[in-house]
Amino acid sequence: MLEFIPVSAVAVTQVASAAPEAMTTAATAAGASSATAWWVWPLLLFVTTFILGILAVLAGVGGGVLFTPIVGGFFPFGLDFVRSAGLLVALSGALAAGPGLLKRNLASLRLALPVALIASTASIFGALMGLALPKDIVRICLGLTVICIAFLFIFAKSSEFPKVPKADALAAAMRINGIYHEASTGKTVDWTVHRSPLGFLLFVIIGIMAGMFGLGAGWANVPVLNLLMGAPLKVSVATSKFLLSITDTSAAWIYLNAGACIPMITVPSILGIMLGSFLGVRLLAKTKPKAVRYIVIIMLFFAGIRPLLQGLHIWE
Amino acid sequence: MAVQREKMVQQATEAPPEQMLYGNLLLVASIAGIALLVITFLLYISGAVAPHVPVEDLPKLWGRGVDAHHYVEATKAPVGWGWFSMIGKGDYMNYLGIALLAGVTVVGYLILLPAYIKKKDGIYSFIVIAEIVVLILAAAGIVAAGH
Repeated sequence: MLEFIPVSAVAVTQVASAAPEAMTTAATAAGASSATAWWVWPLLLFVTTFILGILAVLAGVGGGVLFTPIVGGFFPFGLDFVRSAGLLVALSGALAAGPGLLKRNLASLRLALPVALIASTASIFGALMGLALPKDIVRICLGLTVICIAFLFIFAKSSEFPKVPKADALAAAMRINGIYHEASTGKTVDWTVHRSPLGFLLFVIIGIMAGMFGLGAGWANVPVLNLLMGAPLKVSVATSKFLLSITDTSAAWIYLNAGACIPMITVPSILGIMLGSFLGVRLLAKTKPKAVRYIVIIMLFFAGIRPLLQGLHIWE
Repeated sequence: MAVQREKMVQQATEAPPEQMLYGNLLLVASIAGIALLVITFLLYISGAVAPHVPVEDLPKLWGRGVDAHHYVEATKAPVGWGWFSMIGKGDYMNYLGIALLAGVTVVGYLILLPAYIKKKDGIYSFIVIAEIVVLILAAAGIVAAGH
């Protein structure tokens, strides 16, 4: 199957450069939204999200963080519908990855369950705030958040095995620890976490932002779990992905119950990003597309500027 | 001593049965959810099943200035679980797959609960019960946004 895919740096770059084109097409068509035939939109969404799915995997970011700002900024859809679809896109990706992470014991339930309870409760409040606040305010906050995420992708470091001298009292009481087997070196590593109270507190903010903006939250989960709390990088990434399946579920229900889910927007987006991710994983096996990460970061900057300027009524 | 340590490590690095069961549940639910989405969406866009909101009206209804509240008002769309009574409509038929994807986590937690109770792990039993309550409250539509 892999042989059928033309894998080269050129192909990857072509995919990456196709994304801004699709965004421009959508933005141009947005001007005449109601005059455009209805079937153009699901088709364009499917193509765009398919490309986003490939880029997300190659750049090592979640689909949700690309979907909401890009589709929200360049497609003629109300923000409620986009955020609802964004949460379901992130949720579907997390559910698809969940079985492998749980069965290989990479996602730690002892770490995930308390954090998930905090983040999923907060995401309900985030979703309620997102639906209730004036859309211009949400757009400005979304734009600023996405620009900050782009900076985070540039400057945030990660640590494969952070040093945790001693578990804090809360982590010790909850026995948040584990033994992680690193297949590449054959070594087993005992791990625990520290600074849990602060980490848990930050998950309140992460949950609120996930629910309010429909962004998913992997971009924030991993730095908090890895850099602040000291969980090994692979455990952090896997736990974060599993976490999304819980955090985004509760927020998604709020949007669903408010009537914000339009299947013509949501379904092609989910299918496009999943198929794109599937192809992206296959491309990833043969490429080291560091350049794609920079393209995605630039896309994030533009995708952040767009809702910011829309919210400020500078670029309608 | 070394053999004992090796055995302990193996046990600790293996996923416990309830976690494996949760993983299998997610696998089945995500495949079923996506398959349902594909089938119902094809029925919807092919026109095989008539929708509640005509597809050609959608571009006039989903625009940037429109929020969920206005869309619901304009289309008399159902809120909460009202979609279930419109399952025969092409658009709301798609909610079956969406609800499956959004509902599977509660079932996963119901699988985890007996295992934590059996282990007499009070803190995690409480966390699992609290999460089930949170997810059910969210899904039930008890908490809703004002406008």
